Amino acid sequence: MRPISYRDCERNITLEPGTQNMKPETINNNFKTEEYFVNMGPQHPAAHGVLRLILTIDGEIIKNVEPDLGYIHRSIEKMCERDSYQQIVHLTDRMDYLSSHINNEAVCLTVEKALEIEVSERVKVIRTIISELTRIASHCLWWGVMGMDVGALTTYFYGFRDREMINDIFEETCGARLTMNYNIPGGLMFDIHPNFVKRTKDFITHFKTKLPEYDRLLTGNVIFQKRTKGVGVLTKEDAISFGTSGPVARGSGFANDVRKRHHYSAYDRVDFKEALFTEGDSFARYQVRIMEMWEAMKIIEQLIDTIPEGDIKTPTNAVIKLPKGEYYQRVETARGELGVYINSTGTKNPYRLKFRSPGFSNLSVLDHITKGAKIGDLVATMASFDFVIPDIDR
Amino acid sequence: MMMIPLNITKTIHDWLYSVMPENAASITEMLLIAIAYLALFAVAGLYLVLLERKVAAWFQLRLGPNRVGPFGLFQTMADALKLLSKELTSTDKTDKFLYNLAPFFVITTSLIALSVFPFSKQFQAFDINIGVFFLIAVSSIGVIGILIGGWSSNNKYAMIGAMRSGVQTISYELSVGLSIITMVLLTGTLQLSEIIEIQRTGGWLIWQGHIPAIIAFMIFMIAGTAETNRAPFDLVEAESELGAGFHTEYSGMKFAYFFLAEFINMFIIASIAVVLFFGGWLSPFGITEGITWFPEVLWFLIKVLIIIFLMMWFRWTFPRLRIDQLLTLEWKYLLPINLVNLVVMAIIIWLNLTF
Amino acid sequence: MDLMKDYKMNNSELQNLIGSWFPNPEADKISKIVTTSETEEGSEEDAKVQEPINPSLLEFTEEASEFLNITVQPEQLHSLMSQLKSNEKTCFDYLYCLTGMDWGVELGVIYHLESIDLLHNIVVKVKTANRENPTLDSVYDIWRTAEFHEMEVFDFFGIKFNNHPNLKRLFLTPDWDGYPLRKDYVDEANMIIK
Repeated sequence: MRPISYRDCERNITLEPGTQNMKPETINNNFKTEEYFVNMGPQHPAAHGVLRLILTIDGEIIKNVEPDLGYIHRSIEKMCERDSYQQIVHLTDRMDYLSSHINNEAVCLTVEKALEIEVSERVKVIRTIISELTRIASHCLWWGVMGMDVGALTTYFYGFRDREMINDIFEETCGARLTMNYNIPGGLMFDIHPNFVKRTKDFITHFKTKLPEYDRLLTGNVIFQKRTKGVGVLTKEDAISFGTSGPVARGSGFANDVRKRHHYSAYDRVDFKEALFTEGDSFARYQVRIMEMWEAMKIIEQLIDTIPEGDIKTPTNAVIKLPKGEYYQRVETARGELGVYINSTGTKNPYRLKFRSPGFSNLSVLDHITKGAKIGDLVATMASFDFVIPDIDR
Repeated sequence: MMMIPLNITKTIHDWLYSVMPENAASITEMLLIAIAYLALFAVAGLYLVLLERKVAAWFQLRLGPNRVGPFGLFQTMADALKLLSKELTSTDKTDKFLYNLAPFFVITTSLIALSVFPFSKQFQAFDINIGVFFLIAVSSIGVIGILIGGWSSNNKYAMIGAMRSGVQTISYELSVGLSIITMVLLTGTLQLSEIIEIQRTGGWLIWQGHIPAIIAFMIFMIAGTAETNRAPFDLVEAESELGAGFHTEYSGMKFAYFFLAEFINMFIIASIAVVLFFGGWLSPFGITEGITWFPEVLWFLIKVLIIIFLMMWFRWTFPRLRIDQLLTLEWKYLLPINLVNLVVMAIIIWLNLTF
Repeated sequence: MDLMKDYKMNNSELQNLIGSWFPNPEADKISKIVTTSETEEGSEEDAKVQEPINPSLLEFTEEASEFLNITVQPEQLHSLMSQLKSNEKTCFDYLYCLTGMDWGVELGVIYHLESIDLLHNIVVKVKTANRENPTLDSVYDIWRTAEFHEMEVFDFFGIKFNNHPNLKRLFLTPDWDGYPLRKDYVDEANMIIK
């Protein structure tokens, strides 16, 4: 039994000492059943981090899901207010660590927009290629974990096998595997490694044979489809109203791919399809991500052979001071739309910097779509949402 | 067993009866056999764990344990030693008596069930004429251990796990029982040694009973996997939902008992399948029939290991079912099919259509 | 989509439309004064003084921002927001960013809105000078996403939202003292000021 907390007081529940279950309630049958609370997390195998969900459950049926956040909150937004813009880029790695490159890019693009710097074509193309590699790596990890959450442990190792190859490419180019810090305002830290193009091509050839393997192992599995089809259905209206983005929104037919709607970097010159499914269930979200991996490979293939020559960085002042004003830039991370809002007063620090993180908005839907579902459904739905907790907590 | 060990057992038997009064000698002999079985199957269980880890590694592009001993052969021994030496912790509000009783319940029932299996012609501890009935009866006691373990832990995850286990085992017990009964119709006896004798002349039962026997085997494998609470039916300890399920609060050797029992149960289910469908210790096509020195137990073990491998294959390939899907599968599909299958088998035997 | 793009309004069209929802009674009065005073002599000076009067209660600006910014009084916030969502010409159905803000004197919230089909963006700002007990209307009933974002703003800025279903501290513990993202927040133990 968890200790009596302020939440119980908020719920107006009278707790009697010694009773394990709270809030007695008679359902419309002859049995007296009791709802009770279960803490899922902050340390739980399915929570993928320190997400704490307070479940009100009646047997196996979920009555209410209440997220309790803040276990890994570092107040990055407050830290940004005292840091220079170059330093802020490095902080963003720690938000959504699975798409760290794209987070870096978001801040860099905002600063470049404010300074009216036009980066070279080479920078744009390299940024796009690495963004898409990051997306594949993130989805590989998600795929492994999705399988694990619905009980198929083997997928984890298959996902990690392919992710390792991408991480190796990153390591060779910029020295880091996860928190890359490859972007700086005005361009890139340094040029790509000579092996980069070859290894990326090797990876694409390899992954094209391995992605169908994913389908054979998990997608076509009857049990998996039974576990995910019709589970956690999110309608398009709700998807828009709840401000969801990324694969969660696109699984519900809400076409909000930032790469399509608000072009940035080199996305305006590549041809790719926006993965869109209309069922809105966990399986649709699953299919969106699988399709996104195919599309990401398509984008990389279009760009990898024709990386233009050019400068790697456009020189900026050592101390970047943004002109007075407000700047907003959105990018598409592996989890959805990341927005960076910078309010500058003309000094070397932002007056206010807000990260609109995709996970936070997506999390708000969870309670809405899992009411009345089973515990197993909640786990499958959460897996299809692909939460990264530092992204929610920032 | 081989001739030489047989002679040893006979020597011991004669010696015991020569030095002791008859009752004392028989009790001592039973104790000796019990200890021998305990030792044998504790080790067998440990090696099943190792096998599972190796198989899992093979499925998952890994190497598996390979550091302790040659090919990691002593890995699970070391694990068992570690678990033995660990402190037995428990929470304050557990029901102490039931909490401590539960693991023994589980492991004891598993070991009791082992006693009736004919591992070879001579290697059978307890050849009773209601062997199959005894097996069904004993193997369903284990769930009580899981239930009281989950209940007495005073942990909500353990409680949910235990309740799931109760629901699951009671449901799938029916299918296991009915598919066994289907085969018993064919043999006309419940004694396990006789069931094997029947297969010596008429071919394995899965051949004798053809279509209904194959259906019965498939149902038995599904229900048997569910009985042992293994994936894809491992809702009891679904780690992504319930942490560790009913044994969340157990540590050290008490946890090891639950763990070992799972593997011995798997061995039991595979053994039942081998005896009832694949001719027990009989060699395929009688190839070693005439060779007197050939250890028949080897055939038994090979067949059991093949079936165990099948169950491991399930585990490392399939996702887990949800609780309502689990019950739907049993009550809406397996049970009706099984009942029809039973009638079909009866008709086939009546019309003499068996091979 | 191409059909829809015809309905996309540029910033000045948006400004005219949205501004017309909240006409400034003062402006009306003043323009009347102006028209009546025109008959009199020496009216030019009066007109010059009154010229920059805003015809709407909303303030519009495009300065230093890529979007059209609307500043609204807290009283009109909810009715403006519900009209922005429900009017078929504006149809701002996607609230993609809700930012709490401390302007030093005033506290407030910035709403970034987008229309999914019509593809136009707008920024709505609302400010309140009451630092002790800042209260704004919740837009939770218009965009459900506001529920969590407003909780975050409450957590870090202490702005209370009327009609919010479950306003509580989301990230911080309920007994946390102060609101960390306010500019006057002091925490000597945890903050490193450069």
